[in-house]
Amino acid sequence: MTRLVDQMKSGLDAPICITWELTYACNLACVHCLSSSGRRDPRELSTAEAFGVIDELRAMQVFYVNIGGGEPMIRRDFFDIIDYATRSGVGVKFSTNGAFIDAERAERLAQMDYLDIQLSIDGADAVTNDRVRGEGSFATARRAMDHLAAADFGEFKISVVVTRENVGQLDDFKAIADSYGAQLRLTRLRPSGRGVDAWHDLHPTLDQQRDLHRWLLAHGERVLTGDSFFHLNALGESLPGLNMCGAGRVVCLIDPVGDVYACPFVIHDEFLAGNVRDDGGFTDVWRTSDLFSELREPQSAGACASCGAWDACQGGCMAAKFFTGLPLDGPDPECVGGEGEHALDAVTTVPRPSGDHSSPRPVPVVLGTSGLGRR
Amino acid sequence: MLDRALGLHPSVALRPEPFGALAYHYDNRRLVFLKHPSMVDLVRTLDDHPDLRSALEAHGIAPELWDTYDRATTSLIESEVVIAR
Repeated sequence: MTRLVDQMKSGLDAPICITWELTYACNLACVHCLSSSGRRDPRELSTAEAFGVIDELRAMQVFYVNIGGGEPMIRRDFFDIIDYATRSGVGVKFSTNGAFIDAERAERLAQMDYLDIQLSIDGADAVTNDRVRGEGSFATARRAMDHLAAADFGEFKISVVVTRENVGQLDDFKAIADSYGAQLRLTRLRPSGRGVDAWHDLHPTLDQQRDLHRWLLAHGERVLTGDSFFHLNALGESLPGLNMCGAGRVVCLIDPVGDVYACPFVIHDEFLAGNVRDDGGFTDVWRTSDLFSELREPQSAGACASCGAWDACQGGCMAAKFFTGLPLDGPDPECVGGEGEHALDAVTTVPRPSGDHSSPRPVPVVLGTSGLGRR
Repeated sequence: MLDRALGLHPSVALRPEPFGALAYHYDNRRLVFLKHPSMVDLVRTLDDHPDLRSALEAHGIAPELWDTYDRATTSLIESEVVIAR
């Protein structure tokens, strides 16, 4: 197994897991949005350019693409793009808040092959969810789930970002997923996009991380995680999945204007590898960009070198470190050994995400103004 | 297993990689790693042979290693990358 992981670290000829944000436009304004979405960027890839990206993915044998946004269904050519991808043998898994899934669209989605849908909720009830995702967003997501169930879509996914406020609801999320015959997916909150501000109030406490680790171990591979909690492996038993940061090695992000970043959580100039509109397209960016070549070099354990847990956690998440102002060769801000908290105390400046596409209207939910101060 | 006629599942695509190959199953959407180039060669040609034994012989794989290949093939059958013909 070690050998395989080493091979992955030196990079693959094509990504395994590629995220493609189709638009920065969004009807919601979630406080933790990793791409600071809201308004459409006028430089967005055209339909023809999107088809060109899919042609490249097919040629590279990228088996599936994770489509997101913004809210991807806002694009008028959304169905054209996912039809083109699935007919090209590039499977699609798309993330949505569900606002545009009515009975008719649910039927259409149910008839497609090679298509997965991930509906996002961040609370198992409206109060918890809507504080983060906005008024009415829980009801919207549940309505979309009802439509998919009524259309016999089959096993869709319910995707939850684990926060300080919802980590006590894991059994409730599982019950909601089970009630639809859906699969639960839990992912880690990153201080990316608007999350750079929300993270400090929302990320799980150390005790909560221990509970989460136990819960994930108890539920095994039946609950998906996108391998995003590998920093918890330092607590002992390893979670299923690849125990490594895949940024630029097996993972990358294509943003709505075609910029290629090392992972979905590092939309910042420092992690920008190129653009799909460049000569050579996405293929050349993946195979030859300086940034990705650098990320495929062996990484130093730095300040973690003397820690006995290094093999288990690999220093955690690059994006989490970067956007909390920590050195990349040191502990994760949520290091379960408590090293991250010490390191955070010494941070004076924190990088800001490169683009803010937030809508000019006031963000409907702001944490910290409702009596929930920093804890 | 050695006597069985096997083949690559029609919904599986193999993508060559430095360590061997990635196998992707379009029906169950599972990704499986084939961690040896020799295993990839074997899997690609299973359909051309009457059974696993003759495929192993054709690839010049020493009989003392057949058990290992038998186990690896069994695990690929469990993940539906390989199927009985």
